[in-house]
Amino acid sequence: MSNVRSLFKTFFLTELLVGMSVTLRQMFARKITIRYPEEKAPQSPRFRGLHALRRYPNGQERCIACKLCEAVCPALAITIDSDVSEDGTRRTTRYDIDLFKCIYCGFCEEACPVDAIVETRIHEYHMENRGENIMTKDKLLAIGERYEAMIAADKAADARYR
Amino acid sequence: MSEDLVNIEVDGRPLKARKGQMLIQATDAAGIYVPRFCYHEKLSVAANCRMCLVEVEKAPKPLPACATPVAEGMKAFTRSPRAIAAQKATMEFLLINHPLDCPICDQGGECELQDLAQGFGSSVSRFTERKRVVKDKNLGPLISTDMTRCIHCTRCVRFTAEIAGKQELGTTGRGEDMEIGTWIERSVDHELSGNVIDLCPVGALNSKPFRHRGRSWEMTQHELVSPHDGIGSNLYGHVLRGQLMRVVPRPNEEINETWISDRDRFSYEGVYSADRLRAPMLRRGGQWQEVSWEDALTAAAQGLKDAVARDGASSLGVIGTPGATLEELYLLARLARGLGCANVDTRLRQLDFRGQDADPAVPGLGMALGDVDGLDALLVVGSHLRHEAPILAHRVRKAATRNRARVSFVNPARYEWLFPVANEIGCGAEGMLGELAGLLKAAAEAKGVPLPANVAALASGATTSAAHRDVVASLAGEGRRAVLLGALAMRHPAWADLRDAAAALAELTGATLSLLPEGANAAGAALAGALPHRGPAGEAVAAGLHTVAMLSKALPAYLLFGGVEPEADTLVPESLAALRGARFVVAATPYATETLKSYAHVLLPIGTFAETSGTYVNVEGRWQSFAGCVRPVGEARPGWKVLRVLGNLLDVDGFDYDSSEQVREELRARPPVAPAPAGVREAGGGAGGAVADMALYEGDAIVRRALSLQQTRDAGRAAAQG
Repeated sequence: MSNVRSLFKTFFLTELLVGMSVTLRQMFARKITIRYPEEKAPQSPRFRGLHALRRYPNGQERCIACKLCEAVCPALAITIDSDVSEDGTRRTTRYDIDLFKCIYCGFCEEACPVDAIVETRIHEYHMENRGENIMTKDKLLAIGERYEAMIAADKAADARYR
Repeated sequence: MSEDLVNIEVDGRPLKARKGQMLIQATDAAGIYVPRFCYHEKLSVAANCRMCLVEVEKAPKPLPACATPVAEGMKAFTRSPRAIAAQKATMEFLLINHPLDCPICDQGGECELQDLAQGFGSSVSRFTERKRVVKDKNLGPLISTDMTRCIHCTRCVRFTAEIAGKQELGTTGRGEDMEIGTWIERSVDHELSGNVIDLCPVGALNSKPFRHRGRSWEMTQHELVSPHDGIGSNLYGHVLRGQLMRVVPRPNEEINETWISDRDRFSYEGVYSADRLRAPMLRRGGQWQEVSWEDALTAAAQGLKDAVARDGASSLGVIGTPGATLEELYLLARLARGLGCANVDTRLRQLDFRGQDADPAVPGLGMALGDVDGLDALLVVGSHLRHEAPILAHRVRKAATRNRARVSFVNPARYEWLFPVANEIGCGAEGMLGELAGLLKAAAEAKGVPLPANVAALASGATTSAAHRDVVASLAGEGRRAVLLGALAMRHPAWADLRDAAAALAELTGATLSLLPEGANAAGAALAGALPHRGPAGEAVAAGLHTVAMLSKALPAYLLFGGVEPEADTLVPESLAALRGARFVVAATPYATETLKSYAHVLLPIGTFAETSGTYVNVEGRWQSFAGCVRPVGEARPGWKVLRVLGNLLDVDGFDYDSSEQVREELRARPPVAPAPAGVREAGGGAGGAVADMALYEGDAIVRRALSLQQTRDAGRAAAQG
């Protein structure tokens, strides 16, 4: 019986016609292709892109060098050295993220008790030289300062689901 | 036996426990876990944390397992709903005032409160009132405080009172207002004070040098042995990314129990001192240059060869530190003897070498460290025990307090002892021999025998006092007795006479003669043959020059090994002039000071105790090997490897070792030879003069560079006594 059905499909090209009908339908359907980079796809506030270190509104670093992000990082991309800072608090003396190792899982952000390390929505970046893949503390803080408004808005948008 | 044991039942399991034991000891022995904070097996029972509450049948309320003695037929339940409810309620109360600052707390990850909060804590807090805040105390440069975190277990208070013997910490106030502190503003100075860091179950007391530097979970743990005293305390080195971050005790009931001295705990800072020698250096035309290992070793070998060819083998002086490993010292001694040179010594601060032929093959206590606890009488001659070997001082304290041992001292000065002292004879350096003579005479009179021939002349004219007769009576009494000679005696200008007198006294009274030489590996140095009059395993050889002879007038060439700094490590004032007058000086050292650079010609960087594999032999004669925990800094290499290559370059036979274990096994295969009985030496005629008293933290090159230790009150208290 199945042989007869298969023979029928083969000779009357039914599968071809089914495929052609899909093509025909798509010709009149609304286009979903976007013209990147002129056009951009919408992003979730939870998008996990380039990392940033945040500061408090008074300019103090949030990071307290608890090293939980370093411990949770499944790719071992984070390296932290810590020491007592000038004002006696616990601070990092080095905070490196290797972007080649990072798998953008967002665990660091989840682990952070003070919302210091975040993954921003920035996903368009590149490196031209060897070594630029290491995001140092200064670079991460600079990103945090530049995009603080966006990060704060994303955190606020996501807060009710946490 | 049967009347000493009682039958109890815990969680339905029948157990036997000794009468008078606390319930928690029985459950610990049976492997049944009961949570606790204030209970510690080495400290008295306080029962103030209430975490170990368990349900006991027929008891109206849950009882603390740490303060409930076992009784026949007792039935206890550690996991019953009532016990768990009591433990959870205790936990809730403990967490009321505990801050939620685990992310910045150094105890995070190794915190007993954190661990137990996982098991017994609630996920939400019902406490909405204000939390308590306590001002931090300044306890000195070693211990950091965050007193808001304190849960008032009083382990630290009990440690200072019971183990250290000097109550430097205590409580003030009651209830919520209770605070741990020093009453008045002062630092905690006891030489074992760092142990409160380990005892504190929360992050209230922590290590100041390590503060905020790392996390417990990211470090790897390696076994080490203390390089500072002959006790050989067992240590763990904690290493983060190839750097030694801190040192903590490795429990060993036979040696250091669970304690270590502050010197062992904080000296690791010296490993990364700024003046570490990171590359081999060579002096060319008056200028120091960093060179390759090959060039440096070739230059060193050539220089030594030239010196030997020019002035003969006896023109070379080889001085090693007693803090070097057994393997290093064995190779050093073999290297020297392979060149035909007998001038090799490690007794850096000894001044009197007249009696050296009678030295034992392995200088040591003559008993196990654990036996010190059980001493009934002890006479200490020339030792500031608390500075020389803090762990031994703790054991002597245990003997004096728990075993009621009668401990007496004959010292150049009076020191602060933290236990009952039977007789303390502080007599100045010159008086020591006279006091020993008095003791000898009292002993001979008490026994009714004539004085031994070699000390007869010394003791016949002595006067005896009541103190002498009392000391002799205790030494000649029942039980375990010992006469201990410490470093102050060994630095004495008439050490040979002191030793003879003490040996005769021990002989007359039947006490054990114990020696406590300086350096972590003085016993190993003697075994390795790094002495001018002894070959490996105590074999007698034709004597070469000792340290003082080598350094009091310039020899043509020197080989210094292991960070010997003659200006601080020896008591020879002419040492620097002698070294500056030498034509060729090689120093294999972890540190390069400007002073060293002023007289050396080749500097070979070697690793410290944490960076080499090796063995220390402690004063019990116990061999303790360790594998090293980090790579040496820079271009430095383990000392035994440097000596191996140097041996090969100098064409000394048998320097083809693959590992330090091979070196050790070669030496271990030779049983120690007992020294031949030395001819009777007439005592007396020793030089007079003061005895150098070293401060607690200036004994060796590493400790002198441990910055935090150098900030303590005990750091720079060196003064000639007598």
